[in-house]
Amino acid sequence: MNSQSSRYTKVDEGALRTWLSRLGGQTRVFAPKSGPKGIVDWAELDDGGLPDLDLGLPLNSIKVFYFPQPEILFTFNARPGQPDSFRLREPEEAGGEIVLAGVRPCDARSITLNSLPYAEDPYFQARTDRLYVIGFPCMEGCSTCFCSWVGGGPGSTDGMDVAVWQMPGGHFVIEAVTEKGGKLMEGLHGAGPVAEPSEEELLHIEQWRKKGLGQAGEDPSLSMRHKDLMACYQAPFWQQVADCCINCGTCTFLCPTCYCFDIQDEKARGIGRRIRYWDSCMFPLFTQHASGHNPRGEKIKRVRNRFMHKFKYFVDRFGPLSCVGCGRCIRQCPVNIDVREVLRDLLAL
Amino acid sequence: MAGAERKKGRDVNREITQELRKRAAALLASGDIAAFVGFRIGSHPMIMRPFVARSPEEAERLVWNSFCVINLANYLPGLLRSLEPPRRPGDPPPEGPLPKVGVVATGCWSRNMVVQIQENQIQRQRVVIIGIPSRGMIDRRKVELAAEGAEITGVQEGQHKLKVSTSRGEIELNRWDLVRDNCLTCQRPDPVIYDEMIGQPQWERKVSEPFRQVEEIEALDPDERWAWFTQEISSCIRCYACRNACPLCYCPTCFVDDSRPQWVGKSREPVDTALFHILRAYHCAGRCTDCGTCESVCPMGIKMRLLTRKLQKDVKELYGFEPGLSLEEPLPLSTYRPDDPEPYFDIRPVDESPKPVSGGGGAGEGDMGRQKG
Repeated sequence: MNSQSSRYTKVDEGALRTWLSRLGGQTRVFAPKSGPKGIVDWAELDDGGLPDLDLGLPLNSIKVFYFPQPEILFTFNARPGQPDSFRLREPEEAGGEIVLAGVRPCDARSITLNSLPYAEDPYFQARTDRLYVIGFPCMEGCSTCFCSWVGGGPGSTDGMDVAVWQMPGGHFVIEAVTEKGGKLMEGLHGAGPVAEPSEEELLHIEQWRKKGLGQAGEDPSLSMRHKDLMACYQAPFWQQVADCCINCGTCTFLCPTCYCFDIQDEKARGIGRRIRYWDSCMFPLFTQHASGHNPRGEKIKRVRNRFMHKFKYFVDRFGPLSCVGCGRCIRQCPVNIDVREVLRDLLAL
Repeated sequence: MAGAERKKGRDVNREITQELRKRAAALLASGDIAAFVGFRIGSHPMIMRPFVARSPEEAERLVWNSFCVINLANYLPGLLRSLEPPRRPGDPPPEGPLPKVGVVATGCWSRNMVVQIQENQIQRQRVVIIGIPSRGMIDRRKVELAAEGAEITGVQEGQHKLKVSTSRGEIELNRWDLVRDNCLTCQRPDPVIYDEMIGQPQWERKVSEPFRQVEEIEALDPDERWAWFTQEISSCIRCYACRNACPLCYCPTCFVDDSRPQWVGKSREPVDTALFHILRAYHCAGRCTDCGTCESVCPMGIKMRLLTRKLQKDVKELYGFEPGLSLEEPLPLSTYRPDDPEPYFDIRPVDESPKPVSGGGGAGEGDMGRQKG
């Protein structure tokens, strides 16, 4: 029990504040913040503040930190006839470490899921290496949350470096989930009174971890793996989904696990750069061939692809569903296409 | 509709919904139309789902309330095309009458359909329009702001009040405080073209300062205006929901998607985002009917409608024209008249102070003959 409990440190709110504020002195700390229009998004954490957990999920997922829009891959001098003309240079942008405080289990899990297709991507790896995720497991869900349907849970620490468990008494038990997180927690020393959590508190955490798990009955990724691909592809309900879809990129851009990109060279005022930027399977250009042919020329084919990718192709290739159940797409889809309904329809086939 | 007098507690939306279902089902049952475009209840209390009913049974799912903010005109060209027998580019159009589509239209959507007819995107004889005078649609963000971050679980709409159930209890709000900005300044909530009408006409609404929001920005100096604009669009994620929800945006290849030449960069660079928003707005000049769908669908709450509203104001002042009021009156920016006011092209030496564009001061008085009041 000793080796396990050493991962945990019990602190009060003051110590948590001091710790986060100290981190803010060393590196940039981002947390959910409400903007002037009442829209919650990521912003630098005010000195001495705690992430406001009542705000709900920020509009943008944490992918904006490890999958920036755009990602500058390299730059070059685009003026010919100079000694360094067209030689590749490392991008000059600040490559410092970033701490995210107040990350919810759904967003944290997106790192784990996205690292499957991006296992060999040096840019993704470098960014996630520099990212420290201080997660706050959820005590309650909102009406559009469904993490426990898709393999996650409100008490999941998957993808976090540090988990901050809020205890019924008002204090916090901080857990080092990864080695990286343990290092971050060294800063807790001297931040305030620290203690070992009690057996009771650790039990509370263990129960929290299991909350909501198995809620979906049979593991949906398992069921999807056994579904016939063509039966899913030709299911009649796609027409109804396509009927209302306007093929905008809201769902894909706000989705933490939509990771498709395009690459382009840009040149301005003698400086060239190669950028990687978000692309969306909702856009016709996504699959447009140079010949003029477009294999996904119609709306229904594009909207189907988004869900088939998440729930079938990704599953067949990597195992889990490519969805963390954060519900952003449900909240922000202007025509109320509900990913839960599509998943239910697919599972019912 | 029974009784013009407003009884207390009368559920206008329910009455309209029932009537709408009845009429759509009858049209579908008679074979007059092949599909009917309306809304159904979705999974979000404040987002209605656009819905295509293809049978009288499906018409039973139609619904009407003040959260029906998506301009349905947007769906018509694609839906009409999908009902035509398949043909290759260049093939002659099929002979005989083609299947029709039924659709709900408020004032601004019907004006949009007028523009679509004028621009040959839809044919009048292929759409059966059920007009519903708009009471002003609700901006769900205003409701969310009023709920101060509490989760909204349900909304009950009354004649003048909105009962909102939230995670922290029930609140009652004044309906008119929550109506979308474009509806607040709408002067013509009644459909201009329709085949059938449901509900009470609102007649022409008197609005004292229809362009006040635009005038406030016009009053700023250029630097402040630029600061407003750049700040407003800074959160844009380039999802193009504003473009895709707009019935005026039907180019086979949008300028942002062109790659040869590439007019605009693809990522979230401020200069590219600015170019997208300015060009999007200009493409709508003289055509936009201020339906507000662009703003309603924006996930980031960007007020891009103010750009098209400004152009609407300019077109009104320069040409005395409001889009969509009549099928006969040509669109001013796709029509040339020798006496068109052209203050834009008024080229003078720089030391002469330019006259303001608005108010038509640069052109002869005769040009303003079409201007109303």
